[in-house]
Amino acid sequence: MSSQDIPEETLPSKQGEAHEGAVAVAGDPFADPGLPPHEHRIQDIDERAAKRSERAVAFMFTLSMLATIGFIAAYLAIPVDKNIYVFPIGHVSAMNFTLGLTLGVALFLIGAGAVHWARTLMSDVEHIDERHPIEAPSEVRAKVIADFHQGAAESAMGRRKLIRNSMFGALSLLPLSGVFLLGGLSKAPGTKLRHTAWGKGKRLVNQNTNQPLRPEDIQVGSLTFAMPEGMKEEDHDFQNQIAKAALMLVRLRPENIKDKKELDWSVDGIVAFSKICTHVGCPINLYEQQTHHVLCPCHQSTFDLSDGGRVVFGPAGHALPQLRIKVNDKGYLEAMGDFQEPVGPAFWERG
Amino acid sequence: MSTADTTTTRAGAQGRKAPAGERVADWADGRLGIYTLAKGGMRKIFPDHWSFMLGEVCLYSFLIIILTGVYLTLFFHPSMNEVVYHGSYVPMQGVRMSEAFKSTLDISFDVRGGLLIRQIHHWAALVFIAGMMVHMMRVFFTGAFRKPREINWLFGFLLLVLGTFTGFTGYSLPDDLLSGTGVRIADGLVMSIPLVGTYISFYLFGGEFPGTDFVSRFYSIHILLLPGIMLGLVVGHLILVFYHKHTQFAGPGRTNKNVVGMPLMPVYMAKAGGFFFLVFGIIAAISAIATINPVWELGPYRPDQVSTNAQPDWYLGMSEGLFRIMPGWEISFAGHTLVLGVFIPLLVFGAVLTIMAVYPFIESWVTGDKREHHILDRPRNAPTRTAFGVAWLTLYGVALMAGGNDLWATHFHLSVNSVTWFVRISFFVGPVLAFIATRRICMGLQRRDKDKVLHGRESGIIKRLPHGEFVEVHEPLTQEQLHTLTAHEQPRPLALEPEVDENGVVRKVKGTQKLRVRLSKSYYGEDRYVPKATAKEYQEITSGHGHH
Repeated sequence: MSSQDIPEETLPSKQGEAHEGAVAVAGDPFADPGLPPHEHRIQDIDERAAKRSERAVAFMFTLSMLATIGFIAAYLAIPVDKNIYVFPIGHVSAMNFTLGLTLGVALFLIGAGAVHWARTLMSDVEHIDERHPIEAPSEVRAKVIADFHQGAAESAMGRRKLIRNSMFGALSLLPLSGVFLLGGLSKAPGTKLRHTAWGKGKRLVNQNTNQPLRPEDIQVGSLTFAMPEGMKEEDHDFQNQIAKAALMLVRLRPENIKDKKELDWSVDGIVAFSKICTHVGCPINLYEQQTHHVLCPCHQSTFDLSDGGRVVFGPAGHALPQLRIKVNDKGYLEAMGDFQEPVGPAFWERG
Repeated sequence: MSTADTTTTRAGAQGRKAPAGERVADWADGRLGIYTLAKGGMRKIFPDHWSFMLGEVCLYSFLIIILTGVYLTLFFHPSMNEVVYHGSYVPMQGVRMSEAFKSTLDISFDVRGGLLIRQIHHWAALVFIAGMMVHMMRVFFTGAFRKPREINWLFGFLLLVLGTFTGFTGYSLPDDLLSGTGVRIADGLVMSIPLVGTYISFYLFGGEFPGTDFVSRFYSIHILLLPGIMLGLVVGHLILVFYHKHTQFAGPGRTNKNVVGMPLMPVYMAKAGGFFFLVFGIIAAISAIATINPVWELGPYRPDQVSTNAQPDWYLGMSEGLFRIMPGWEISFAGHTLVLGVFIPLLVFGAVLTIMAVYPFIESWVTGDKREHHILDRPRNAPTRTAFGVAWLTLYGVALMAGGNDLWATHFHLSVNSVTWFVRISFFVGPVLAFIATRRICMGLQRRDKDKVLHGRESGIIKRLPHGEFVEVHEPLTQEQLHTLTAHEQPRPLALEPEVDENGVVRKVKGTQKLRVRLSKSYYGEDRYVPKATAKEYQEITSGHGHH
């Protein structure tokens, strides 16, 4: 498109000198010159350019229609379980990929068309609106205040204090009913957080195999997860119980155990600790066999299993509780009681 | 307008039948008064600037979330009843899971287009909250929160907070391994609250964690309670935008008493309406190509299992980071435990957000400015505010970084302990450095503006003078540019009233007043601005030698 093609009469004549709302302050080079004159776009002066814009907008709207038809076709034709390989994403659901792209294109082109229309064909002449102060004029304010005082006086609210005070009393007591209704959300915590499914004589069952554990099942350097015998996934409260009873076992060399109580509570160097992090309750699942440290993957609290489960790094506030275990006369590992302190995150009543 | 014959339509009184559209509008006007509304609204002027579309991104992603969310409720079962999966996703067959998780798998694998809608819902939520953050930055750094818009700032702030909680309750609903871990963490945080924490936890979960209630409870919070409040706030937010009229940047013809731009109908109907489709289209395309929250890879939640690299959605990364860098302080006394290691980050999280909510009120108290402001500040011209905002963002960024300390460690082969120590120190040092650096940069930019006003634009053309000196030709600015660069105010700080008044009576100056004056100096004091070029300076330079 060269400028010679533009018909002479549509060319903007000399750009307007007069600025709208100009503030002429003699001698002030920084004075507001007012709104600059409107500058014409090519579409404003060349009908052929405007036509091209019109065709571009219509083309986008038409493509959008095609994309919607594509969406419907894909919805009907593609099997819901079909996977396709798309470079570079990999294997994806064919339906998700096709529906998403056709929908995306159909939507985007409506938007692009509308914006192109607005930018090239709708008037871009700037207008000025006056602002008015948000606050009311003083006579309105005076009127409202007077009305309010009249209304307040007519209600006798200030004069009849008995009514006012008893009304405030009634209104402030009423929400208590709602507070009590919320009481149905739960029973009081009681001592629930202090007890787990462990108890004297409960055998330690391997979580993976569901078999009772013997000391020889636990090798140096491995991390074994266990739960109390008798717990089944099908139990209605399995989730609540496993949230507290989850246990991890490692075998250390007895001479490497630094904490005397830990050594007493272990058997053949096998120590059993709660798997639930004492920070905010994530399960711990990373074990570093050289240092005997375990790490919680949520907030990186690190505990030393050779030193009474002490916190060596991270935000946890106290050591992992240890479960006292022994080997029973049949050669299986069993608990000698419940944990002696609450497992998991600390709470106000923990003590 | 003839009122002689009230039985005919108003146009009809002029002897012809009005077009159908007008007759419908007349009908509605007689009942709703729409003409009075449209009088001020239809051709309402909105100024144009690219940053004004950020709020629109939030509005549209919110609408997308509602649309797709309603669709998802048609298929999702908010129940923690346990079932054994026998659906079409082979790796999960035979696994015990809650109905919530199973119906999420069904939406993803068996409902035609279900996965797409799920992913659009999740992506739109991420965009929504990111959009609100960036929109708030725009409003903050340009001072658009000043009178009369402080309440709208609070509305927006509440939308951000509620959006965050809605997001959290939403991604907890599928009851998958990752989200369950997140809920577990939230439970641990709640339990750290002194006195009532244990009770709040029990009343939230209907007993011990996890129980069988939280999905259905989170569901009604996620789809009804919070979105209901948010919808009200969004409507209020928009009404106030209309009522206050949009802010604008300074420029020729733009004053604090007018608003310059283009009318709602047709330009902004097309632009803003079209922008909804653009946002929706882009999010749909992202959802087509980028998988989000593939719950089927993780499996159902079990409290004794966890995936490594457990990460929340990005907008909770900041709070996550606060919990990761806090030392594990715990105080036990008289049968009670004060879990400071968890409770302090919880308070800090609240404080970091609250400071943003109340900032407009702090600034207007410090500056003593009670006027309406409709002209936006350029961030450089409000150095202390800008520096405070950047310091806040630095704090946010540091905490966000801390929220991924394990990822930094594994991706860059660093020790997680050193990363944690780095963020612990940066948490205190970073914002201070950012504050100082930003303020200096703002001053530098002000100085540059002044140079530009006095000496013109560097044209890049080198001229050799007769005596051999080389100089760069500076092109003088137009009056429009001169005005734009000098339109900002440079207020003076508050001063303490003399301790002895004109009658010789000693008066007491309150401590708060002293603080206020000190803060005011840090906003507007001598070294906090570069004095604007004066007309005299300008004329001295321009009348003289052609170059500086």
